[in-house]
Formats: sequence, structure tokens, C-alpha cells
Amino acid sequence: MTDTGLSPSLLGGAYKNVNTARSFRSSLKPVWIVGILGMCLFLQGCGLSDAPVLFPKGPIALAERNLLFTAFALMMIVAIPAIVLTLFFVWRYRSGTKKAAYTPDWEGSWKVETVIWLVPAAIIVVLGTLVWETTHKLDPYREIESDKPAFQVQAIALDWKWLFLYPELGVATVNELAFPADRPLAIEITSDTVMNSLMIPALGGQIYAMAGMRSELHLLADEPGVFTGRNTMYSGDGFPDQHFKAHALSEDGFADWKDKVSAEAATLDAETYLELHKQSVANPVTYYSSFETDLFSLILRKYSPIVGPYESRAAELICRGAA
Amino acid sequence: MLGRLTLDAIPLYSWVAMGGAAVTVGGGIAVFLLITYLRAWKVLWTDWLTSVDHKKIGIMYVVLALVMLVRGFVDALMMRAQQAVALNNEGYLPPEHFEQIFSSHGTIMIFFVAMPFLTGLINIIVPQQIGARDVAFPFLNSVSLWLTAAGAALVLVSLVVGKFSTAGWTGYPPYSGIEYNPGVGVDYWLWALIVSGVGSTASGINFIVTIVKNRCPGMTYMRMPMFTWTTLCISILIAFAFPALTVVAAQLTLDRTLGFHFFTNGDGGNMMLFANLLWIWGHPEVYILILPAFGIFSEVVATFSRKRLFGYKSLVYATACIAILSFTVWLHHFFTMGSSANVNAVFGIATMIIAVPTGVKIFDWMFTMYRGRIEFHPSMVFTIGFMVTFVIGGVTGVLLALPPADYLMHNSTFLVAHFHNMLIPGALFGYFAGLNYWFPKAFGFKLDAKWGIRSFWFWIIGFYLAFMPLYVLGFMGMSRRMEHYADPNWQPYLIVAALGAICVLCGIICIAIQLYVSAKNWGSARDITGDPWNGRTLDWATSSPPAPYNFAVQPDVRDIDAFHDMKIRGVAYQAPANYEDIVMPKSSALGPIIGALGFVLGFAFVWYIWWLAALALVLGLVCVGIRACDDDTDFVMPASEVAKIEGARLAQITAADMHDMQDFVPVGAASGAPLAGRV
Repeated sequence: MTDTGLSPSLLGGAYKNVNTARSFRSSLKPVWIVGILGMCLFLQGCGLSDAPVLFPKGPIALAERNLLFTAFALMMIVAIPAIVLTLFFVWRYRSGTKKAAYTPDWEGSWKVETVIWLVPAAIIVVLGTLVWETTHKLDPYREIESDKPAFQVQAIALDWKWLFLYPELGVATVNELAFPADRPLAIEITSDTVMNSLMIPALGGQIYAMAGMRSELHLLADEPGVFTGRNTMYSGDGFPDQHFKAHALSEDGFADWKDKVSAEAATLDAETYLELHKQSVANPVTYYSSFETDLFSLILRKYSPIVGPYESRAAELICRGAA
Repeated sequence: MLGRLTLDAIPLYSWVAMGGAAVTVGGGIAVFLLITYLRAWKVLWTDWLTSVDHKKIGIMYVVLALVMLVRGFVDALMMRAQQAVALNNEGYLPPEHFEQIFSSHGTIMIFFVAMPFLTGLINIIVPQQIGARDVAFPFLNSVSLWLTAAGAALVLVSLVVGKFSTAGWTGYPPYSGIEYNPGVGVDYWLWALIVSGVGSTASGINFIVTIVKNRCPGMTYMRMPMFTWTTLCISILIAFAFPALTVVAAQLTLDRTLGFHFFTNGDGGNMMLFANLLWIWGHPEVYILILPAFGIFSEVVATFSRKRLFGYKSLVYATACIAILSFTVWLHHFFTMGSSANVNAVFGIATMIIAVPTGVKIFDWMFTMYRGRIEFHPSMVFTIGFMVTFVIGGVTGVLLALPPADYLMHNSTFLVAHFHNMLIPGALFGYFAGLNYWFPKAFGFKLDAKWGIRSFWFWIIGFYLAFMPLYVLGFMGMSRRMEHYADPNWQPYLIVAALGAICVLCGIICIAIQLYVSAKNWGSARDITGDPWNGRTLDWATSSPPAPYNFAVQPDVRDIDAFHDMKIRGVAYQAPANYEDIVMPKSSALGPIIGALGFVLGFAFVWYIWWLAALALVLGLVCVGIRACDDDTDFVMPASEVAKIEGARLAQITAADMHDMQDFVPVGAASGAPLAGRV
């Protein structure tokens, strides 16, 4: 937060007002421009210019943010009069004053009551309609319409890291997510530990990860870029460091990334998974060129009421959670 | 013999924890020595701890709340300090300690500050507002107090013996399950909730019956003061909501202690059941905390605007609407759990509907001020601060009620800022207003106004400084409960928030000074008439502090503003033709004993000391049996003694002490023609 951000708008604005009071109308424009520029600098200085919720990088997050702004604006219809009138009445009817009217026995007014019940109710009707529409449109489970097929990823919450499986590529990564920027991202989520919540704020909202349960999140990026993702649900000592980078890659970039991961010697078989499953804080980014068959469904099955019989050693290792 | 309790339970693992333990033990020893030095043990025991007088119980509740407020606030200060410095480093608190602090902060503030504070104010005032001599079940009231105190004691003891929960105040499983949290912390949390929860449930039932059965002649439902109305509504909420909490805590206890599988990851357990049950209690709980404050604001705004409450009926219906709707919205606490869009949308809309009656209340208070004569008493200043600030919290609440927006903001500091924006202005400011407003009623002298106003300014400025940055941080993607972080852009905001916490600290110090200064100068601020503010409701008709029986003669109520009406009619402060004998409940040692046994029971379960738990349980049941078989629970205060007390009171009051009711003559534009809508 630097002073340079604030000063142009304040100084500039005041300067203009003092010196060009007579030609106020003509000077309005520069004042506004200076003001807006100053505001931008201020936001920049405060680090807000890359606040992921305010400046999203994908259509889902953008729609969610726009809903936030619309609802905020609608509520100002009630909130601003409420605050302004309260302060005005406090000042107008303070006990020192003798000029103001005084009606000690006034106990109500149907006109006033009608307005104060119906205006907020009308706003809620509008907002309610908006909620019904947007909740369905922005349902995290809803597949995103696109001319390209969605890119499937399976995410598993562990203590305290994220494991991503890429069925399409047959590879797995820890604490790094990569996907082609031009395709919708379809994430299946579960947890092999306590409750977590997967979120990439710049791309859209979150959904819980719970053991034995499968949840879904559908996201889309506008263009290639790197975004921060994290577990937002407190889950223990390593929670603060449980974040990762999500890379939306161009076609070439994604091909390169795929080659890099596929060339990795390490593979995620059942034994390696058991190692990985142990608690670790700020786990480094790790690549695996392959992963155990049906790993995601085995992790889901681990927590079902009846787990066995085990058809393979891998199934037994993963479902029993130990060698 | 001692279960899992060993010497390892003493917190030698960090100097901060050790310091906390030392302060707790030192504080206890200091209080013990002070009472011994004053030779006050006997008086304390016979006049206070064993008392079943609702006013004394109320005062003890408030004292408990204020002590726990300091403890809970120290937690807040430590968290703010940690986050202000912990950019890319561990700060001064290891994760495990930070986690205990945010868990105990939430638990203490909800269960052992807000709940006792509001229960205390209700205890002191509600029987007086409805013209009753006591609550319906005075002994049960004492048991409620001591069970609440036992829960608070369990939280305090966890600082010295063992550790507190690291699972947050909501204690979501499976993290709070035995598999991921094998220590005693979660058990402390659970038993504090169970023991105090039983007390709260009993309080709720007590006040439902009191308000339904003990109203004086003429006090119809639609003449009850707003504070009594909100109390009735929240008592019903308590009676229905708290059992859900007790059940969910008991289930988690069974999971942890006896290896059940209600909420475990595997073996058929399901954590989503916990979330649902917890919030079926948790959302009504928000209104349990806030509605009594709304009642206080209603009383204060009418009294200090020197005006009748605007839209009394509207306020009553709005309160009832809020109370009913509060049971229909619990799912908005976990929109992100993966419910279908239909479910999320229905709960989102239900949540927003609550904003309507809440908004109506704000406007009703505003129009109470309209054409009034506003006096800036500290309680009124807290009310104004609340009205302005609470609107912001309401707006952010509706934003979070939009499921798609909630997907973005859930679990972020935006959420933290929102609920503090509800509970600090909405609940705490109300309790502070109540403290300033009713202190003379409880103690017979006024609180110092100057320090009250100072405390307000520190609190409100501190609030804005502490929580507006958290709203912004939510937009920047900061999650709640982070012990450290890596984004340098967040730090300036967290530093501002820490400054806010320091500002609030000054507010708390101001309240302490206010209490000290007022107690020191009590003689010059005495409340002779029992009506220091020219009040409107029946609670101002009694003396300050009230006689044990409150009303020597049952009052005759003819108006919503019963006492105001009596003063206008000139029938206030008049001795009746004759007094009669009054039957009063006897003090009982069983209340504090049951509370102590509740504490022992919880402590024994936490540490797996089974014989002690069984002993405490059996002794507790024996106490209940003793009480049930005891037919000698009342005594009669003879009419002569009542006449003596009342005579002494009325003799003190001179015409000069009474308020000039000529002040209530309308003036200005409204003095001529009747106003539109005037009934």
C-alpha cells in the first residue's frame, strides 16, 4: 500500500476544484479521469488489481462475480437510504434542537409500514428470481457447453496436498494442475483424509472434497495463464501450505507439459500411493508418468461400508490404507 | 486411576501456552485470595452463589460473560498479531497453538460470552418487565447458571491441564474424530458444549413458562415490551434448537469415546449428517444471540428518543417471522457441499427472505427516532452505531446467501468479516447498550457516561479497522484459519486488522475503567426513583436495585409503555392501601453443587477417569432426588417487612427526583392536526 496510489486523485481533484470553480462543468471530465486513474493506482498499490474474485480469469468466475455485483447494487436501494436516513434523523432530532417537530405518541403509520415491508420484499423477489436462475446456470456440477470435449481430471485431497490424476493422459501430479486452456475443465473430487474444499478463485467457486464421496467441479479459463488454487477448508497443521498452481496451457504448451510428465521415471503404484498418503507439509510438485488402475474409484471404495473382497493386491493396499 | 491424565498434560510445550496457563491459574488464585482477604466467602456463598433470585443470577451470568469476553478477546488479539507478522514465516505461534486459539475464541465468544450475557440481561429484566416476582422455576434457573459456568470452567481448565480442540468452533468431523484428533482437545470442546447446552435448554424452557404464565394483570401478549417478546421468541428457539446441538455433540462423543461410526469417514459414517445437525442448531443460534439485542435496541431507542416505539406490532410480527424462518435456512452454511441446484436455490431464497423482517426492524427503529428528541446516552450511541454498521453486515449476508456467490466467498475471510459484522454490532453492541441501560436497575447507581461513549468509539472504530480489511482479503482469495501465508499483498490488510484489534482492546479497557470509575463514584450517581432514564416499561417501576420480590403489589398494566402510562396518569410511586405476605423461594446449595458435579463429569469423561464420571453422575442424580423430595423450598416474607422496605423506598423519593412528564407534550408541525395513521 503506497501513498503514490492515493495522492494523484486527492491532490489532482482538490487542485482542480479550487482553481476552476467557475468553469466547474468543463473541468469535471479531467477530475474524473484523474480520479479513476488514481483509484486504479490505489488498487494497484493495495494489491487489489490481481484480486482473483474481483478480476476473474474465466467465464464461470466472471458470472459469479457479476451476480455478486448485481445483488450488491440492488441492495443499495435499501441500504443507502437506511444508513443515510438513520444518520440524518440522529442529527435532525437530537435533543438539543428546538426547531424540529416532536410527536411523542406517534405509534405507527400504515403508509410507512407498507413501504418498509414491500420495498425490501420486492427486491428479494427480484433477487430470488436471480438466485433461482443463476444457481441452476452456475451449478458446479453442470457441464460447460463448448465445441470441444471437457478435459477430465480427478482430484484427491490428501494431508496436506492435492493429487491430480489425468485419465486422458495416464499421468498424475501432486500440487500442480495443468489443462488445455481452450477446453472446459471437468474435475471429479474426493478426499482420502478429512473434509477439504477445492477452489481456484480466478476460475470459479469451490466444492467440498469428502472421503467416500465424489463431487464435481466444472471450470473454464478465458486464455492461458497460471492461477492459484487451494484447499479452503481448514484441515490441520499443514493447511496454510496446501495450495497449488493451476496452469491453463496453450496447445503447444500443454503438449510440452504432457511430454515432460510422461518422461518422468516415477510411477504412482499402490505402494507409492501409500507413501504419498502420509502427512506432509508443503509437498513439492511431483510428477508421475502413470498411476494405479482405477485409483480414484479404489479411494472412493476405501470408505464404503463393505470394502472387500479384494480383486487385486493394489485394491487391498489402497482400501485397507496400509501394507 | 486417572485415566489418560498424566503430568504430560501440563503445557510445557510452548512459552505462550505456559503463559496462558499461568495467567489462568494466577487469576484464580488472585480472586481466591481477594475473597479471603475481604472475608467474603460466607456472604458470597449465602447471598450470591446459592441464591435463586433471578436478579442475582442475572448479575452472575453477566459477570461470567465479561470475564470470558476478556479471555476470548485475548485469543482474538493473538490471532490478529500472528497473522499480521506471519508472511512466509511461522510467526510466533506454532500451527497447533494457533488452531487451539481460533477454536477457543469461537467457542468462548458464542457459548460463554454471548449466551451468558444475554441470559443474564434476560434474567435481570424480563420478570420485571412482565410484572412478575420471579421466574417460573427459580431453582432450575440456578442450575442453568451453574451448568453454564461449569462449561466455561472446562474451557478455562483446558488451558492449564491438557489442550483445547484444534478443530474450530464448529468441530467438523472427520477432522474432529478420534482418528485425526486423538487428544483431549475435542473432548474438552464437546463436554463444554454438552454441559452448558443442558443449562441453556433449561433456561429456554424456564423463560417460555415464565413469560406465558407469570405476566401480571393487563399484561397481554400485545402489551409485552419488545425485549420480552424477543426473549419469548428466542426461548422457543432455544428449546427447539439446543437439543439438536446436544444430540450432535453426544453422537460425536460416542464416536470418539466408544468407537461409534456416526460421522467417521468409513464404516457407514457420514460427516454430512454432522454439518446438517450442527447448523440446525447453529442458524437459530445466530438469532438466539441477535434477537434479544434487537429487543434491547427497541427499548433503548424508544426511551432515548423520548417517544413511543414506532410500529410495535410490525416489530412483533417481524420478530416472530425471523424466529420461524431461522429454522428454514441452515443449509446456507454449506452450499458448497454439493447439494443439487434446486436445494441450494431454495435455501438461498429462504435466507434472503429473512432480510425482509430484519430490514423492517431497522426502519421501525429509524422512524422511532423520527420526530423524537434523541439523547446520546451510551446505550443510544451503541444503538445508532449498530443500525449503521448492521446494514453493511446484512448486505454481505445476502451476498453470501446467493449460492453462486457463496461458492466464491465460502471459507474465506469475507465470511469471517460477515459474521463478525452481524455479531459485534448486532449482538454485542446490544448487550453493551443493555449493560449501560440496565446497570442502575441491577446495582442502584448509574454507569459513567463519558467512559461509556469512549468505549463505544473505540469499539466501532476498532470494528471497522479489524473487519473491513477482512472483506477485502476475501476478494483476494484468503481463506480463514491460516496460520501463515505466502501472498505479500495480504499483509498490509492484516496489519490494519491487527490495529483494529488493538483499538477494540482500548474499548474493553474503557469499559473496565467505566465500571471502576462508576463504582468509585457510586454515591453521586445513585438512582433514587428506580427510573433513571424516564423509562417506559414496567422494569422501571421497581426500585433500583429491586426488592427481592420486585413488586410489592402486582401492577395493573393498561398500555404497551406501562410505566410511562402510569407516570402520565400520575399513579406511579403510590403506596397501596395495604401490603400482603409474599411467598419467596429459598436459596439452595444444590444449584452450585450440581454445576460442580457437571464440571467433574465433563472433566472425568475428557480424561477417561471412568469411576469419577460414574460417581459424578450418581451424585448428580442424588442431588436431583434430594431436591425433588424437598417440600420446604419456600419462605414467607411477612407483610410488615414488605411495608418496611416499601415505606423506606417511597420516603426517599421526593418530587424533585421525579421526571417532568410535561416534556412529552408534542411540538412543532405535529402539535395541531392529528397525524396520518395515528390510531
